[in-house]
Parts: sequence; C-alpha cells; structure tokens
Amino acid sequence: MEGFLAAAVIAGTPLLFATVGELITEKAGNLNLGVEGLMVMGAVIGFLVGYRTGSPVLACLGALAAGSVGSLIFAVLTVSLRVNQVVTGLTLTIFGQGFASFVGSSVMGAVLPYSIKEFFQVIAIPGLSSIPFIGPIFFKQDIFVYFGYVVVVATSIYLYKTKKGLNLRSVGESAASADASGIPVNLYKYVHIIIGGALCALGGAYLSLVTVPVWQENIIAGRGWIAVALVIFASWNPIKALVGSYLFGGLNILGFRLQSVGIHISQYLIDMLPYAATIFIVIISTRKNKKEDMPPADLSNPYFREER
Amino acid sequence: MKWFSLKKREEIPAKKAWLIRIVAVVLSVLCAGLVILLLGFHPFVTFGEIIKGALGSKIRLTQTVLKAVPLTITTLGIIIAFKMKFWNIGGEGQIMMGALAASVVALNFPDMPRGLLLLCMGIAAVIGGGLWAFIPAFFKAKMGTNETIFTLMLNYLAIKFVTYLQYGPWRDPGSKGFPKVADFTQNAVLPNVFGLHIGWIIALLLTVAIFLFMNYTKKGYEVSVVGESIDTARYAGMNIQSIIITAMLISGGLCGLTGMIQASAIEKTLTYSLSAGMGFTAIITAWLSRLNALASLFVCIAFAVLLQGGAYIQISMQIPAAVADMIQGILLFFVLSSEFFLQYKVSFHFKKAKGVA
Amino acid sequence: MEPVKAIEMKGISKAFGSVKANEDVNLTVYNGEIHALLGENGAGKSTLVNMLSGIYMPDSGFISVYGEEVRFASPKDSIKKGIGMIHQHFKLVDVLSAQENIILGDRQGTFIKRKKLTQEIKKLSDQYGLDVNPNKKVYEMSVGEKESLEIIKVLYRGAKILIMDEPTAVLTPQETKRLFEIIRNMKEQGCAIIIITHKLNEVMEISDRVTVLRKGKSVGTVNTKEVEVQTLIEMMVGKKIDLAITKETIENKKLLLEVDGLYVMNQEKKHALTDISFSLYSSEILGVAGVAGSGQKELCETIAGLNPAEKGRIFFEGENILGKTPQEIIRLGIRMGFIPEDRLGMGLIGSMDIVDNIILKDYQNAPGLFLKRSRYYEKANRIVDKLDIQTPGIFCPVKKLSGGNIQKVLLGREIDSDPRVLITAYPVRGLDIGASLTIYDLLNEQKKKGVGILFIGEDLDVLMDLCDRVMVFCGGEMMGTVDPSQVTKEEIGWMMAGGKMKQEVRA
Repeated sequence: MEGFLAAAVIAGTPLLFATVGELITEKAGNLNLGVEGLMVMGAVIGFLVGYRTGSPVLACLGALAAGSVGSLIFAVLTVSLRVNQVVTGLTLTIFGQGFASFVGSSVMGAVLPYSIKEFFQVIAIPGLSSIPFIGPIFFKQDIFVYFGYVVVVATSIYLYKTKKGLNLRSVGESAASADASGIPVNLYKYVHIIIGGALCALGGAYLSLVTVPVWQENIIAGRGWIAVALVIFASWNPIKALVGSYLFGGLNILGFRLQSVGIHISQYLIDMLPYAATIFIVIISTRKNKKEDMPPADLSNPYFREER
Repeated sequence: MKWFSLKKREEIPAKKAWLIRIVAVVLSVLCAGLVILLLGFHPFVTFGEIIKGALGSKIRLTQTVLKAVPLTITTLGIIIAFKMKFWNIGGEGQIMMGALAASVVALNFPDMPRGLLLLCMGIAAVIGGGLWAFIPAFFKAKMGTNETIFTLMLNYLAIKFVTYLQYGPWRDPGSKGFPKVADFTQNAVLPNVFGLHIGWIIALLLTVAIFLFMNYTKKGYEVSVVGESIDTARYAGMNIQSIIITAMLISGGLCGLTGMIQASAIEKTLTYSLSAGMGFTAIITAWLSRLNALASLFVCIAFAVLLQGGAYIQISMQIPAAVADMIQGILLFFVLSSEFFLQYKVSFHFKKAKGVA
Repeated sequence: MEPVKAIEMKGISKAFGSVKANEDVNLTVYNGEIHALLGENGAGKSTLVNMLSGIYMPDSGFISVYGEEVRFASPKDSIKKGIGMIHQHFKLVDVLSAQENIILGDRQGTFIKRKKLTQEIKKLSDQYGLDVNPNKKVYEMSVGEKESLEIIKVLYRGAKILIMDEPTAVLTPQETKRLFEIIRNMKEQGCAIIIITHKLNEVMEISDRVTVLRKGKSVGTVNTKEVEVQTLIEMMVGKKIDLAITKETIENKKLLLEVDGLYVMNQEKKHALTDISFSLYSSEILGVAGVAGSGQKELCETIAGLNPAEKGRIFFEGENILGKTPQEIIRLGIRMGFIPEDRLGMGLIGSMDIVDNIILKDYQNAPGLFLKRSRYYEKANRIVDKLDIQTPGIFCPVKKLSGGNIQKVLLGREIDSDPRVLITAYPVRGLDIGASLTIYDLLNEQKKKGVGILFIGEDLDVLMDLCDRVMVFCGGEMMGTVDPSQVTKEEIGWMMAGGKMKQEVRA
C-alpha cells in the first residue's frame, strides 16, 4: 500500500506542476487551454537539453524557458491582442505538439546520461522519512517531488498572505477594479501567465526526465487537459490541487497495480479511468454554492480599459 | 508616457478589413519562411513544393480534396456548437463514435444491399456522434456543467475504447497478428463519383444546408440567440435546454458522419487513429471562417492544401511533417492576431501629441 | 488668501471613434471646494473625470494638479497625485473583504498585516464618520456600505482630491443625506471634491460651484448661490424645457393583474420576495420604489414567467399564470409587454439588426420551419417611424444605436404587440432628458389606451410625478403602497429603508 501511494505521488507530480501552473494563470483571469502543448514543449526541451549537456539543472531551466516562450505567445495574443482565449489555447497546443515532434525527432529512443538519473534518484529526508506510513510516501522521493511541495506552499502563501497575491486575485476577479486601484493589470497578467506556463512545462519535463524517461511524442497523453480539470476540482486552491493531483496520479498507475495483484482487465480500459474520473469531477464541481469556490469572476474576459 | 495608443474601431471598410487579413497571411508566410530558413531549407522552394504537392497533379489534387471533405463536415458541426458559445472540443470523440457506430453496422450486416447498408451506416454514425455530444449537452443544459473539459475527456474515452476494441475483442484473427479490425466488405465502402468518393458531394450539400439552417430557419435563429445571451433567450420564451440539446445533436451528428466517411471510404475499417486530429483542426477552421458555413468551405480547402502540401514535402524534401504543423501554428497565430487590428485602431506617437509644450 | 487650485483642466478633448465625448472642456477646482459637474446623460461628465483618474487619456489639452502639469498613463499615476475616484459602478472585488479591497494596489511591504490594517481603517472611519466592517465580504454588503467602503478606500490612500461619479443614484434620501454630511466633513478637512450628478436639487444643496457640460462641451461655471435652477436647466439642455411630467387620472378602472401572497427565492436560495400581494388596474401606472436589489428584478421576471416562484398566485384577468412558461403565456394570448432592466443583455440582442430583434417574441407564433424575415420589414419600419428611432436603417445592429434609440426599439416592439399589461424596469436609465421625456409620454399614451403599467423606478421625483400609486419595497418585502400626492419624498425614503406605512391606498 505504501509503495502504491508513493508511486501515486510520483505519477501525480507532473499533474501537480501543470495544475498549479494553470491555477496561477487562471487567477490572473486567463484560461490557457494550451497546457497540453506547454507540457509537451517542456518535455522535449528538457529531454533534449538533458541529453546533450548531461546537466539536470540546465534541463529544467530549458523546460522552464520553453514554457515561458510558449505562454508568452499566449499572453501576447490574449492580453495585448485580445484574441479569444479558448481558440488561442488550442492553437498553442497544436503548435506545441508540432514543435515537440519536430524537435524531438532527433532524440527519439535516446537514453539520458547517467548524471541525470543520479540527480533525480530518491533522497530520503532525514527524520521526516522515518515517520511511519507518511514518511515513505512523501519523504522518500526525488528532488523534483520535493520541489513540488515547495511550489504548492509558496503559491499558497503568495496568493493568500502577500499584497502582490491579493492584487493578482483582484486582477482575475475584476480587472476593471484592479485597474482603478492602480494595479498594472496587463503586467500582472503577463508575469503570471508566463510563470504558470513555465510550471506547466516543468511538469512535462518531469515526465521525460524522470518518470518515463525516454522521449516519445505522446508522452503527455492528455495530462495537460486533466490539469485544467483539476483546477476546477481544486476550486482554484493550491492545497486542494495537491490532493487532486496525487489522487489522479494514483488513478494513472492503478492499472499496473491491479495487474500485479492478479486482476486482469485490459490496459486500454483501465487507461480510460483518469478521463472518466475527470468527467465525474467536472460534473460534481458544478454543484458549488460558496462564492469563494467559484472561478475567478473575470476569467477569460479580455480587458480593455477604454471599453465603453 | 506610452508611445502608442489604442482605440476601438466603430466600423471598418471591407477593403481595409481584407487588406489587414492579407497582410497577416503575408507576414505569417514570411515568418514561416524564416523558420524554414533557420532549419536549413530554402523557403521559396519549400513553399513551391507545398503548392506543387497539393495541387500539382490530378492524384495530388484528389488527395487534397479527400482531406478537405472530412475537415469541412467536422467544421460545420463545430460552427453550430460555437455559434451557441458551446465550446465543443469533442469533435475527435464524436468522429470516433460515429465511425464506431457505422462499423457496428458494416461488420454485422456485410451482405446488406449497398445503398441500404451505407444509409444505415450513415444513420448509425449520426446517432453515435450525436449521442457522444448529447452527454455533455445534457449536463450543460440541466446543471450548467463546463462543457470544455467534458467534451475533451470524451475524446480520450472514445479513442481508448476504440483502441481497446481494436486490440481486444474486435481484433481480426485473419490479419496475422497485426492488431486491426476486419476490413469492411465492398458494400460498406462509399462509391466514387468523378474519381473521388461521394463524400465531396455530401460535404457541398451539407455546407449549403447548414448555411441555410443557421441563417434562415427558426432553430438556427434560436441557436444564435442562445449564443448571444441566455437571458434574452429566456426572455423570448425559448426552450433553452431543448435548443442546446438539439444543436449539439446536430453538431455531434455531423462529426459522427465524418467518422463514417473516413471509416468507409478511406480506412475501409475502424482504427483508433482515424480522427487524426480533425476535431481540433476544425475548431481553428471554424473560427477562421468566423462561424460562417460558406466561408468554412474555402478555409477548409486552404487548410487541406497546407496539410497535403506538408505531407508531400516530407517525401520530396525530407522535411519532417511536423514542420507543416508548426507552419500551421504560425499562420494561425498571425491570422488570430489580425482580428485585433480589425477591432482596434493603433496610433503611434513618434512625435509628441498635440497640445503638449 | 488666494485659494489653491487643486485641479485645472484646459482645452480637453477626447473622442471615441467618431463620437466626440469631450471637446475643448475647461474645469478648475479649488481646495476646500465642492464642485458639481452637471449635465445630461451622455454629456461627457464621466469621460472628463475618467481622464482625471487615469482611465482615459485625453486626445489633447492640459491637466494640472496643484499647479503641476501631469499626464496620467494609468490610474496608478493619478492615485500618486492624491486623486481618488469613486466610480458610478463600484470598482470593488466581490469575493474580497472590505480591508482587502482597501489595500488593493498598495505598494508598502510584502505581506498583508491584517491587525494593523483593521486599526487604521477604524481610525479613518471614526475621523470621517463612516461605518465599515473591515472583515465583511463585499458581496454581503448593501449599496450604502459599498459606497462607504469606496470612500474609505480613497481616503486610505491619502487622497486629497475626491471625484464621485453619480454617488447618490442608488441611495435612499436618508443615505444621501448621510453622504452629504461626510462630503462636507471632508471639505472642512481641506479636500477638493468633484461630484457628478444630473439631479438639480442635489447640486443646489451640496455644491459651492457648478460646471455644466452639454454635448461634450463646457457651457460654463457658476457659483451655486448666485444661480437659479431654471438657468441651470437651460445651460444643461440648451433650451427652455418643461420638466414637468403630466399625470392624468382616468376613472373606470378594471382589475387586470392580481398578485397574491408571492414568495420567490433568488439564485443563492435566499428569499428575494416575501409575501407580496397587490393589484394592477387598467389605465394606471403603478410605481415600485426601493433601493437596488430589493426584489424588483425578481418581481418583474416572475410575472413575466421567467422565474419560478416558491408559492403564491398571479391572476391575469382571472387566470392564474404563475408556473406557466413565457411560451405558454404567449400561446394563451395573454398580451404582456416587458421592458427588462438589462436592455442589451435581456431584452434585445446587440449584434443583431432591428428586424431580428423585432421578431424575437413573434417568430414562434408563425408556422413553418423558416423565419420569413421579409414579413417583418413593414413592422420594423412602422416602429422606426412611429417612435422616431434615429438609425441608418432597419438592418443596423442595435448596439450601434444610441442608448435612447435602443430603448425605443425595445419599447416599440413591446407596445406594437398591443399589450394589456406593460412591465417596465428602469426604462429611462442612462437616457438624456429629452429621451426620458419621450419615454414618459409613450407610457402615458399607453395608460390612456387602458394599459396597466408596472413602473420600476429609481428616481423618486419621477416615480412621484408619473405614477398613480407607488409601492415601496425593502429587502424583498412590501412596506406599503402610497399615493404620491399624499406623502413626501422623505417618507418614501424612510419606507425604502424598512419603515412600515400603516395606511394603504386604493386605486
């Protein structure tokens, strides 16, 4: 059981980065449906840089850069040029997939250098990892998983305890009010769309550098879309996003688990589980009444100050 | 002090609007050319090859039209949903379910007379695709469930399910270990007209039909009103739930029909890769045609040229097919951006504004 | 001592597309002065002050603050100069608390220090006599509380120049009185205050000087003490105009609509209407007064069949129509017109042309699958002619028309169906005086024809001048029905705030 849960945390980590990334983007009032594209861009650039340089840090930085550039395109189109966000996000996904399959064709089937594997091996945190049950699940993991915790905690503090975080929430809730309060709305949108996009890409890089770790074109397999749904499930709250991501990580690996205990169901049917569960989540999240659990009120509305 | 300012335009002369769009296309071609150059290929040669590959010979032209047919029909389906502001991203799944339903008929009644069998397959496909769109439509209408994610997840469910069938229960024992579904009999394959399968006629007819539906019928009017404002629709006494569900049945039904055409005329069987991203591409083409059915025909043909040309340069110039995808993306980014310049007027202040000392 | 010029605007022009919202406008405001900006809807008052608050940038002209020339690129620049703006539509974030709204955009420190903040807010509230609970969420606040919050928000930033855009539009007479006390208080502390309004009595009551705008141009600035109301009207409208609204009492009334014990829930499952009973007769205008959100919207929509009721009955000429859908009501041949509050969001479709908007309620009655638009061209032309709608043609998208003409399209369609009952929610909101008077005339004309009109209003003077009887709502309850000739505005205001009236008035 502990082994399964620890594996669920690993499988949930790419989702976690993508979900928190999309959450930050949506807090700025922009719905970026290009998560899938950003993840695949991060995955391919992360892999490529890791493969060529052997440096895990450079690989991660490469992925972050890829996500930043990808989401910058989205930001220019939706914030400055006020193009429809749904269509732009989809275009970004199509573009990202084309980009990744082109860039990745040179490293198809390649194996990452040992230095990378070494860097991402399991590091037990002294003390914490010896807590019964909790320890082996959460504190005998690789450095990437730990960074995930840091991102969640940092995002929560930022959103709910700092003035900048408050400003960000107001931009997503009511861009006009934020603007009237002297908050540079477009700057906030740009910065957070880019940070969000970079995090999504980092989630993709985790797949290509640690989980899989080979480059294949369909490596993301819809996780980007699940992340978009998880943001709804999490009611735009980073802590709930963590819970949701690990839950879905568990669903992702359930198939292997069932087979190892002798239950034989077609892998293809079990593969359907996370998607079906996402639908279920979207349906139950419809029934929310608390104002605080609602999406940012200004989500996907372009803002133009001189609109009359 | 900003060095430029924006103003919302009131009206833009048609000539100027076209000029802006053309500039966007030209810019995107230039930008794509730059990318091609950076990749170490000659841009003009590449573009020439794309055009040649799409229109250069009768066979290639046929291929282009064969790509335009499913794209057009799917686009029509998406247009109806988007006109209602129902973000149907589930075209892929609806195509898949349409193909699946048609295959059930084709594989179970292989000896039915050709016309009847094809008709039954078509009806089954429309129902299959329609039902797949009905599920999210039902939840949207009754509970207001977010349709974007819902339709999208249904894509994966449909594709995974067909994969399961292909690798499991429906695997053809006669295919020597290759995981594929049995081929359709000749009766289940669409006939050719002028050297092309009859799908092109269906696509043309549907384009006209959907154009008339959206612009001249009561239902089409209702779909537009619901898309503009649910409150106004409520005020006018429209039955909103029934409008959403009907429109989505049509939208999904059209996508399902695409699935049947692809399965019957192209693949001649059911495969999990048959939708080939068409459900997504159709969203872009629907948007670029500004949700106008007639315009979508031309946009889809242009896209088919790009797709076919892209496939051609892969062979003729050894350029990876993904380059065509990227060019597509670049083109889209530019054309989408041009919409902004249609709506806003940008003025630059290189000199200081009037009235400033 | 020479008074300090807080604000000086000179030769300001601003155009939106082809519309010149401001043309060569001048405005000077001194410290310790309450300066009223008077003008009709669409005269360019909001545009002018929005240039002071950094929302818009002028196309040409100078702005100086305390003698220093400024060019605001954003609200941030304006706030830095000590200008605080209270917008007509509050710029507050609903899900945030009062104190969170107050520190939005604040640049000092990284973290939110809630305790210290609460103390500071308390101190400010006491100083200016405002009442705000720092931890209350905005969506739980009344309009009056939101107004106070907006004021504290600008004071917290140390604003010395306050701009208020139509602050009294949504307040009861009592709340207005309180607001004016606060404004005078601020004046005494040396602030410069610009107050935008189109209500003449308020201008006379509160301001020291008035600048009048007309069609985007400044007509002049006068000392309030030295000017007559009639002069201000002339400056505002550009000609002598009779603002009096005619009211004719018509005998021989018949009962048309009877509402009996109506309870309605809103979307948040709270009571929007509690035990409402009243009767509407032919040839009368029955007014509904109340602060915004007292259940007016729910009342209109429930009668029109758009909103389900919890319990109660609504009789239309003896038939209970409650629980029937709008389609069923249309099919029963019940002729009821409804002018909703949100014209372009509910009554009309902005992007569609006049013809497509005219057929909105009719198309279902015509047989066949097709729309047959050409049948309605004549009707569209008739409405355009009859109501004198200024439009390039019947194929012009309605959102391109001016506010008054948009309202005429809506009213024209509803009147053309020959209704027995007409429900109108804020029919003159946002219209200029001329257009408003036209609408009142049209309503009176319908009244003469025997139509029973339910008139939801916000301006108490208009409600009292136009209506035969006025019902007063507070928090979804009916506080009473009054005869406008028998009560004062203050009494109605007292009822709007929750005071019950014992005596009932019969039609």
